[in-house]
Amino acid sequence: METQAYLVVATLIFLIGATGFLVRRNILVLFMSIELMLNGAAMLFVTFARQWQQMDGHVMVFFIIALAAAEAAVGLSILIAVFRLRHRVNVDELTELKG
Amino acid sequence: METVVFLIPLFLLLGSGALGLLALLKTRGVKVPDRLVSYIAIGGPVLAFLCSVSLFQKVGHDTFHAFGWNWILAGDAWVPVQFTVDQLTCVMLLVVTGVGSLIHVYSTGYMKGDGGYVRFFSYLNLFMFFMLVLVLADNMLLLFVGWEGVGLCSYLLIGFWWDDIEKAKAGMKAFIVNRIGDAGFVLGMLLIYRTAGTLSFHELRAFVGENPDAFLAGSGFFGVSLATASCLLLFLGATGKSAQIPLFTWLPDAMAGPTPVSALIHAATMVTAGVYVVGRTNFLFALSPTSMIIVSTIGALTAFFAGTIAITQNDIKKVLAYSTISQLGYMFVAVGLGAVSVAVFHLVTHAFFKACLFLGSGSVIHAMHHEQDMRRMGGLAKKMPITCATMTISALAMAGIPPLAGFFSKDEILWKAFDNDLGHGTFLWMLGMGAAFCTAVYMGRLILMTFAGSCRADEHTKAHLHESPRSMTGVLAVLAVGAALIGFLNVPHFLGGHAAFSSFVDLAVNPGAHEAHHAGFATEAALAVMSIMVAVSGLFLAWRFYVKDPTLPGQFVEKHREVYEIVNDKYRVDEFYDRSVTKPLVRLADATFFKLIDRRVIDDSLNRLAGVFRWLGARLASTQTGAARTYVAVMIVGLLLVILSLFT
Repeated sequence: METQAYLVVATLIFLIGATGFLVRRNILVLFMSIELMLNGAAMLFVTFARQWQQMDGHVMVFFIIALAAAEAAVGLSILIAVFRLRHRVNVDELTELKG
Repeated sequence: METVVFLIPLFLLLGSGALGLLALLKTRGVKVPDRLVSYIAIGGPVLAFLCSVSLFQKVGHDTFHAFGWNWILAGDAWVPVQFTVDQLTCVMLLVVTGVGSLIHVYSTGYMKGDGGYVRFFSYLNLFMFFMLVLVLADNMLLLFVGWEGVGLCSYLLIGFWWDDIEKAKAGMKAFIVNRIGDAGFVLGMLLIYRTAGTLSFHELRAFVGENPDAFLAGSGFFGVSLATASCLLLFLGATGKSAQIPLFTWLPDAMAGPTPVSALIHAATMVTAGVYVVGRTNFLFALSPTSMIIVSTIGALTAFFAGTIAITQNDIKKVLAYSTISQLGYMFVAVGLGAVSVAVFHLVTHAFFKACLFLGSGSVIHAMHHEQDMRRMGGLAKKMPITCATMTISALAMAGIPPLAGFFSKDEILWKAFDNDLGHGTFLWMLGMGAAFCTAVYMGRLILMTFAGSCRADEHTKAHLHESPRSMTGVLAVLAVGAALIGFLNVPHFLGGHAAFSSFVDLAVNPGAHEAHHAGFATEAALAVMSIMVAVSGLFLAWRFYVKDPTLPGQFVEKHREVYEIVNDKYRVDEFYDRSVTKPLVRLADATFFKLIDRRVIDDSLNRLAGVFRWLGARLASTQTGAARTYVAVMIVGLLLVILSLFT
């Protein structure tokens, strides 16, 4: 019962992130949405780690945190570079990678 | 003993490698003193020469085998890197290293100040290395390594000044024409291996001695025996390397190289390789009278026709080039008749006087500011006394004036040609006499046009005429002394000599054979007198035409214009090959291999395939919108589909 509650919360956080990612246009907000999704997934890991009393999930969470930090560092620096060049934060206007 | 044998080529290889490294350093901007280069360049050949002399002293009546290592070891096939030193090899070693060393010394003077000084000597040493491998080799495959090596070096050296496209082309021509002969050589080698199961010369000789029937069997090709087939294939290789009909066209063009290279190619190395190979395998030719007749006839024809061409050339080096072809023809007459020692003797004397003539012409060209046309020379005797004297001695030697070297060697060949039992003796002898007459005429013409009369050069060149430096004239003097005296090594029996040289070489090529004391001393003497008369009359004719009455050549040409033009155009052999072989081949290659196979099949198939992917790519590229949210949407749809597929 307790586990189910955690799962619901984790799923909700993930869905909020996903929805935000789909509907918002500001790059900064998209970043935050990504963080939300990552944290939703991380929460699932700790939940199950607690459920089965095993450390594997915790290990994965450490990876996710490290990954999120790296991703934020690289992503934000790209974002700043793009902003300096374009003075835009709207993703729909940044389509330079069109094939 | 073995170490000495291996040292001989090793000196040259090391020298070439060291000079190659120096040449590389020079391109990196390191200063390389010319003096150091000269010492390394001359050191290799001279050390090799000293080793050759010591070998010569030790060889006596024996034969040495020096085993190096196993080269090919596959099933029954065993080819070692093994050198053999017998009397023939010794003579060749002395000629190659001796004359080669002199040419190296000369080159240090001739090439002074040339931008490719280091590179030149690196090639030159490599050239001699391969030639030494060729004459030392115990088996045909190792010989072939040297054979191809000298071909490569001739290409490098003829095209030495490659920024002139004509000279680069001459280098390629020499290489490609030689390839045709080499194809024959390889086929001959394979045929011999299939028949005898060995490529080693002494094993082959033993095999032929024990069961000659193996080689007398038919080859399944128009009733030609295996011996004839393999001999003629080997001879095809020899015609390429030694510039005989039909593959001689590369040699006159090879004059594009620096003059010392011409001397090295013509006198000591490369062109003698063909004669050497036929001489080395003479036991095989002895089985096949057909091939002997063909070899000697082609030799005689080459000697005569090249001699006539030489008379009409105006470029001093071209005259010498055709004279080389002509003299090689003589050698092939002799090897073709089995008189290997006689051919080798002419090879040795020719090495001396031809090297001297070439180096002398180089000295003249040097003094004339790279003018090679004899019509603009004349009267150089006073300005260049040493060059004049040495070249005159060599020219007389080549024309066959006794007691200079050429008389003994050429007369011996003419006698062998006359006195053979293959049934075409008179024919060979007449061609040989014709060639001897041509020799006297063109040699007299060359000397008289260059050194006699008044100078026809422009004032600027005239003012700067000078004798060449000591390093060049000294070499000329040594070679001229050789050209004058070396004939006494082989004074024939009818003049009271012992033919010492011939009996020495015969130890290697005709073991056990005694010089047949023919009864025809009187005939031989009569023929010798005739050949002297022919030589003298040829020289006299040259004197009348080019000194006494210089208008005579012009009148003569007017009267026989058509004949003159054909001969002056070298019988249009080059044009004939161009029309009958080169052009059709080029057209065939252009029409089928280039336009059809290369463009239509290979290029088109790849281009079409690329077109398909390009079209597909263009379609797919439109899905890549660049908008991040499209990608996310697609990703999520995909994810949902994956999840759905998991639950169904």
